[in-house]
Amino acid sequence: MNWFINTLSSSIGKKLMMAVTGLGFVGFLTVHLIGNLTLYGGQGLFTSYVEHLHALGLLITVAELGLLLFAVIHIVIGTLLFYQNLIARPVRYKVKKNAGGRTIGSETQPYTGFIILAFIIIHLLNFHFAEHTNETLFRLVFTKLASPLYMITYIVAMIVVAVHVSHGFWSLFQTLGANHPKYMPIIQKLGIAVSLLFGVGFGFIPIFISLIA
Amino acid sequence: MRQGSKTINIILKVWRQKGPKEKGRLETIPVKDVSTDMSFLEMLDVVNERLTLEGKEPIEFDNDCREGICGMCGAVVNGIAHGPEKGMTLCQLHMRKFLDGDTIVVEPWRSRAFPIVKDLIVDRSALDKIIQAGGFISMATGGAPDANAIPIAQEIAEKAMDAAACIGCGACVAACPNASAMLFVGAKISQLALLPQGKPEAAERALSMLGKMDDLGFGNCSNERECEAVCPKEIKITNIARFNREFIKASFG
Repeated sequence: MNWFINTLSSSIGKKLMMAVTGLGFVGFLTVHLIGNLTLYGGQGLFTSYVEHLHALGLLITVAELGLLLFAVIHIVIGTLLFYQNLIARPVRYKVKKNAGGRTIGSETQPYTGFIILAFIIIHLLNFHFAEHTNETLFRLVFTKLASPLYMITYIVAMIVVAVHVSHGFWSLFQTLGANHPKYMPIIQKLGIAVSLLFGVGFGFIPIFISLIA
Repeated sequence: MRQGSKTINIILKVWRQKGPKEKGRLETIPVKDVSTDMSFLEMLDVVNERLTLEGKEPIEFDNDCREGICGMCGAVVNGIAHGPEKGMTLCQLHMRKFLDGDTIVVEPWRSRAFPIVKDLIVDRSALDKIIQAGGFISMATGGAPDANAIPIAQEIAEKAMDAAACIGCGACVAACPNASAMLFVGAKISQLALLPQGKPEAAERALSMLGKMDDLGFGNCSNERECEAVCPKEIKITNIARFNREFIKASFG
């Protein structure tokens, strides 16, 4: 077990944990987005999706616990890396310019992460922990997202997610050692596509709801 | 003076710090009549001559070969390590890249692992310690081995050579928002791991160099790519990915 702890506590080990959990979240968001698209089909389709999902029973609980574990790892290790990186340069530069490597995504990665954490808490309180049944969830989604405050919060949060993923996606492949001139350009383009898909896909849902509400 | 050369007046804002424990500050030094044919370090030489004649302390800065291959020089000029030109050390940067009236801010590499010795000089022995942790490669001593006795594909040789171009100047650490040394270590790991001579100890080397790097107080790589952008030898972050692979192989292989 000693080698395992040594491996994970090293700098690359911590980054590997960020990469693997990050990839997990990309997978989760993809599934979540596909599920949410049923909202466009109206109450019948959405309720049927919710019923099918909840019918999975124990599998859902296991998936939720897995997501929670991934989230704890991603948040704790991410915060630790953020702190370690801050103290690695005790005296900052008086003048510092970007030499051309950084992007909005990479520069804001820890901060967008913390914003997403705050959003997830709000999101879970709104829907997961709110009182609802399979039948009333559709109503709940509609009443919540139709209110301007929630609509704006959700849209902004989805833009933040897109910015986070725009760096995180290619970055996780680099950390896992998958960087080669042959395929890295494709991974980077895919990262932009995925982040746009998440941003637009999720972000348009509150707009759609407020339009038909 | 060569035809076409001219002189400019600049305002130098340079970091002055008497010693490792002293408090430093940016000192403003107006510099008149700087020939645009001078290199950045020659400009500092001229400033130092003037300061010395005025009975003031000259600006201390590291330098040696002044032809961009030794890795001794380096400072953050106007917020960019080694100055604004791509793929260039500070000694190869020329004053023709600046305009008359420019304010030029010069700061030392900043990292917890690189304590300031004086002014622009930092102690980069942390990089040497990582190299020492890397250990050795095994090869037979005695007569010179036959050339091409070990077949190495052209592409592999080129990649190893590209990694070996690292001069250990520390600009990657200076430019990294996290003061991480991953590009330096990635290059050193790569140049050996790619070649058959470096393979037997590759796993041990990856683990011990990473362990040393972490111990010395460098930050963690977050793939910001600033290192690649300032590296005077234009070393690619694919070397960091290779380091990550070597680490994964060494840990889980």
